[in-house]
Amino acid sequence: MTEKTPGPAKAGGLDAAPFLDVDPLLDDRGTRIIVCCGSGGVGKTTTAAALGVRAAERGRRVVVLTIDPARRLAQSMGIDALDNTPRKVDGIKGSDGGELHAMMLDMKRTFDEIVEAHAEPARARAILENPFYQSLSAGFAGTQEYMAMEKLGQLRARDEWDLIVVDTPPSRSALDFLDAPKRLGSFLDGKFIKLLMAPAKVGGRAGMKFLNVGMSMMSGTLGKLLGGQFLGDVQTFVAAMDTMFGGFRTRADATYRLLQAPGTAFLVVAAPERDALREAAYFVERLATEGMPLAGLVLNRVHGSGAGRLSAERARAAAENLDEGRMVDHGPGKTGGRGVPATSSEPSHSATAAASPARPPAAPEAAPTADATEEHSGTAGPETGPEAGTASENDPDIARLTAGLLRLHAERMRVLAREQHTRDRFTALHPEVPVTEVAALPGDVHDLAGLRAIGERLSSPRGRS
Amino acid sequence: MSRLQVVSGKGGTGKTTVAAALALALATEGKRTLLVEVEGRQGIAQLFETEALPYEERKIAVAPGGGEVFALAIDAERALLDYLQMFYKLGGAGRALRKLGAIDFATTIAPGVRDVLLTGKACEAVRRRERDGRPVYDHVVMDAPPTGRITRFLNVNDEVAGLARIGPIHNQAQAVMKVLKSPETAVHLVTLLEEMPVQETADGVAELRAAGLPVGRVVVNMVRPHVLDAAAVRAASGGHREAIARALASAGVPGGAALVEPLLDEAAEHARRVELERDQRAVLDGLGLPAYELPYLGDGADIAGLYRLAKELRRQGVGAA
Repeated sequence: MTEKTPGPAKAGGLDAAPFLDVDPLLDDRGTRIIVCCGSGGVGKTTTAAALGVRAAERGRRVVVLTIDPARRLAQSMGIDALDNTPRKVDGIKGSDGGELHAMMLDMKRTFDEIVEAHAEPARARAILENPFYQSLSAGFAGTQEYMAMEKLGQLRARDEWDLIVVDTPPSRSALDFLDAPKRLGSFLDGKFIKLLMAPAKVGGRAGMKFLNVGMSMMSGTLGKLLGGQFLGDVQTFVAAMDTMFGGFRTRADATYRLLQAPGTAFLVVAAPERDALREAAYFVERLATEGMPLAGLVLNRVHGSGAGRLSAERARAAAENLDEGRMVDHGPGKTGGRGVPATSSEPSHSATAAASPARPPAAPEAAPTADATEEHSGTAGPETGPEAGTASENDPDIARLTAGLLRLHAERMRVLAREQHTRDRFTALHPEVPVTEVAALPGDVHDLAGLRAIGERLSSPRGRS
Repeated sequence: MSRLQVVSGKGGTGKTTVAAALALALATEGKRTLLVEVEGRQGIAQLFETEALPYEERKIAVAPGGGEVFALAIDAERALLDYLQMFYKLGGAGRALRKLGAIDFATTIAPGVRDVLLTGKACEAVRRRERDGRPVYDHVVMDAPPTGRITRFLNVNDEVAGLARIGPIHNQAQAVMKVLKSPETAVHLVTLLEEMPVQETADGVAELRAAGLPVGRVVVNMVRPHVLDAAAVRAASGGHREAIARALASAGVPGGAALVEPLLDEAAEHARRVELERDQRAVLDGLGLPAYELPYLGDGADIAGLYRLAKELRRQGVGAA
């Protein structure tokens, strides 16, 4: 994964977008929180980890908060234990005294800790044993988002790190985590919770008779719907949490304000695909609405080509010429031509693409030919010379190989064009958003060296390392 | 084939596209399928290039041979109100509940209620019958939450049945669980031939099996053709650069010599990917599950691509008795 990948050669609309330089952002001591957000599967966690490594090696004292990392990525930072505490990552280079800590969020543990810290022991036990609480804390709707924000607030309050890099939960929508604290807050402030907490108190007041009737109907309905015991559990839970609710609300608000503060920078992460970039565009708009500071867009898995001036069409036509030259079997005057091929285009493509559930052919056909070409070129090479129309006739294996190279390139150019198109759409909508591109890697990241390489790509224009 | 087809997969693997293609494939030859969305993202509407789907079953596509695909974006809040209406004839009280925040509470905060409603609505569509007893939908395809959450999502009814030990919610939860754990249901996991999605697929399969949920197939998505393998690339870079340059020239590529190096770079990258994919395939083979395999759509997943994938699924046996 450290191999050099050529950057995109085609100049396109993206050049209009300013380059997002992450180094000044990481070096600025005023940057205290970086939030990586984006839709699922775009490399958010990897980006967060790579930023953490880079910042630490540039002298920052960093903690990376990951939500749900792939196992091997977690291992690459040495955190395979899910114990909800930041652990120091070994192997960080750099002479500026930087350090990297990493942790994985355990939502249930985080919730439990809040309860333990804010309620007296007897009450805490009552809450922790409540079945409703146990389900809620184990991760239903919104809990993960809320706990991620809670943990972020805690880490910030500890003030042991001068930079916190957060990866956001894999929500059904990338926007969910922004809403979670508010949603919980509005729920806690709502009438419903008051009803659950103290139906007797509300109903007992004079002049509330009408409401009282309504309330008992609600309670009755809910009781019927949920089963009396469940409603009882909920009420017990709510009552037990009563004293803590104020604290929840205050902290949710504080975390929300923290996200709006100047020390925070949001990075929207995306891949150059339609859905991911659409989500990214929504996010950019949403952050603006919320007054949250956007640093820019990280575009992962961008493909490039060092042979960008050879178009897909020309490469394909050339490949067909080579095929023809081979098929007519030494027929003169054919190979150099650029006429319309008689055969249908891309035979090998559709053939392999259509491969059924069975594995596609392992393509070993080229292997034996390798030896054959070895002999050929050893003798034939110097003699044949560079005249057009001779090479492919004399050496069908080289012709086949070259046709393969050309087809591969044609495919690559098609991908490039599509990526360019989706990026251009984003840039047209949000020309002000700085962008950094990270070239696609052939494999996944498994170690610090891999994360370091991603960091290199993040911080260099057009994803080159 | 199972009546309820649940499609999950890691983010970015194209599970919505696969679910839509599956719904199309199952609808061929006069069948009727319902494609259900549960995450409120309007991914189906975007895929079929129509306006946002309301909370109602609406025909969105016609399949070859006269079949129909209906779509429904399930809204938990509406589903709850429907449900209350159906069982309690609440009328205006539903609005009052909403005003109080009870609906909000039930659908966003209360553990599991949301997921109970979503799975419940899908199961209801599976069971629904015409007057003459025929099922309204031959198949229901669900674009489900991602692999990391799918087991919990489908299993929520077990948990809720434990929390609410009596009452209609309890009964509803148990009824849903009965459908989900029966052979009437198949849970498919979409993956790419990349390490992380494959790992998540393996974990997902283990979790589903442990929960007693019926695992269907692995759907290997975005499979790209293998044009060259590592041996060919080694051969190419091993002293044949000049010969390749000549071949390029003979094929009418101007300035071929300067292109040899970048083309070989691209080939080397391709060869590495081929090898990595082979490893990932071996991991998937180890799961012992049947698979569907879908090609990479170079131009992105638009409607034409969707029909192409559906055709491909048919070819691989979807919809065959």
